[in-house]
Amino acid sequence: MSETPQHVVKSYDQELKRLRSMITQMGGIVETQVALAAEAIMHRDAAAATRAVEEDPKVDALEREVETFVIRLLALRQPVAGDLRQIVAALKITGDIERIGDYAANLAKRSIVLAEFSLPYSLAGLAHMAQLVQQQLKSVIDAFGDNDADKAMEVWRSDQVVDDIYNAIFRELITYMMEDPRNITPCTHLLFIAKNLERIGDHATNVAETVYYAVRGESLPGSRPKGDTSAYTVVRPRE
Amino acid sequence: MSVTMSSQQEQQSGLGAIAARGATNMNEAKIAIKDLNFYYGDHRALKDIALNLPECQVTGMIGPSGCGKSTLLRVLNRMYDLYPGQRATGEAVMDGVNIISPHTDLNSLRAKVGMVFQKPTPFPMTIYDNIAFGVKLHEKLSKPQMDERVEWSLTRGALWTEVKDRLKTSAMGLSGGQQQRLCIARTIAVRPEVILLDEPTSALDPISTLKIEELIDELKHDFTIAIVTHNMQQAARCADQVAFFYLGEMIEVAPAAQMFTAPKERRTQEYITGRFG
Repeated sequence: MSETPQHVVKSYDQELKRLRSMITQMGGIVETQVALAAEAIMHRDAAAATRAVEEDPKVDALEREVETFVIRLLALRQPVAGDLRQIVAALKITGDIERIGDYAANLAKRSIVLAEFSLPYSLAGLAHMAQLVQQQLKSVIDAFGDNDADKAMEVWRSDQVVDDIYNAIFRELITYMMEDPRNITPCTHLLFIAKNLERIGDHATNVAETVYYAVRGESLPGSRPKGDTSAYTVVRPRE
Repeated sequence: MSVTMSSQQEQQSGLGAIAARGATNMNEAKIAIKDLNFYYGDHRALKDIALNLPECQVTGMIGPSGCGKSTLLRVLNRMYDLYPGQRATGEAVMDGVNIISPHTDLNSLRAKVGMVFQKPTPFPMTIYDNIAFGVKLHEKLSKPQMDERVEWSLTRGALWTEVKDRLKTSAMGLSGGQQQRLCIARTIAVRPEVILLDEPTSALDPISTLKIEELIDELKHDFTIAIVTHNMQQAARCADQVAFFYLGEMIEVAPAAQMFTAPKERRTQEYITGRFG
């Protein structure tokens, strides 16, 4: 797509470029938010947590700006074909990114509560999950910026691993809670943290689907592997 | 997060669904064009065109000036016969007969295939006579029958209520939009099967344009319609399928919704998004 010729009307190109840069800017802020929130959880870093939360209004403001701009483009340019797909994609993606920002802020808030507890177990699983979703997020924002459908497809496929780790953490945390009721408070927060990370992965996957459509004009083949099985998970105490 | 939704259902809804549906919902061909070439002297203006005009549906033809779309319309009612040095080869088959065969009876062809042009072309006579003129060439009708035919045509042409009290006045006194609807009514009057519209609204204001578009929507229940237009939004609004022409070739044909969301060919994409150059 990079060799796509320019519009005859140059200001249209500039507007599309601006829309794209608004999305990548928003994506960049949210990437930072997720990184700060992960840092806050892993290293009990309250300052990082605060910064993650403080970024949120910027993301919300950008989302509104994108929405307004998209409506303007639809009304004034009456876009078709690839342009239409890019513009509709931007509107959908901005919603997904905004939601990811909310999850990041929530992660950061929970890290502050979590810091009050001593945790007798490793956070390696969560750390791995956080690292994977950050990678997904970065890749999918790049995929949108570069019109790269293949990269989007990679992100879409990679979500299975995140779901698998989430399912393992879910069982693990329930086991800790059964062992000692004093674990219930920190483990519940950890459970929400894991769930929020998993949801970030899901939204990154949504963005991947949208990017694929914007570039190729068709949906990703087949249905997405949906790996969160925790809804059916039962862990029983040993008799 | 629907657990029960099958992959097939997911394919048929959502963003990519229009492209996935592809070329469905097209009727049988009223006119089937195959290997069609057209020459203005030595210049080959149409190159191996293959296109079906589905019955009782609207085919929109788009493309830059000189791409051959108007030429194709001229082929479909043998307008080019009037000009020496212009000839067509190949097939355009309607009801089992090849339109471009030298044996085709031009009078009956033109009664079956009507045409409306860019500029309204009313005859310098009364509104009534504009309609009756063509009918008289093909049919012998009594006065009451002719009155009925004129009313029917003008009603179908969405003009009756506006002109019923001044049928005996000159058609030249009508507005541009009314004149164009009169031309469409005149075309319908001989009860054709196919109507060819060559940029029928390019000289009209937006509301007159919408009236013609509404009329096209109405007429397609009974007629097969082909419309050449420079207005892409018009093709999007009116046409069931849209064909894109470039330099005498038909580059792509697709249902309108697919054409304007996810065209397959790069040149189509560049043209309809305004990137040509």
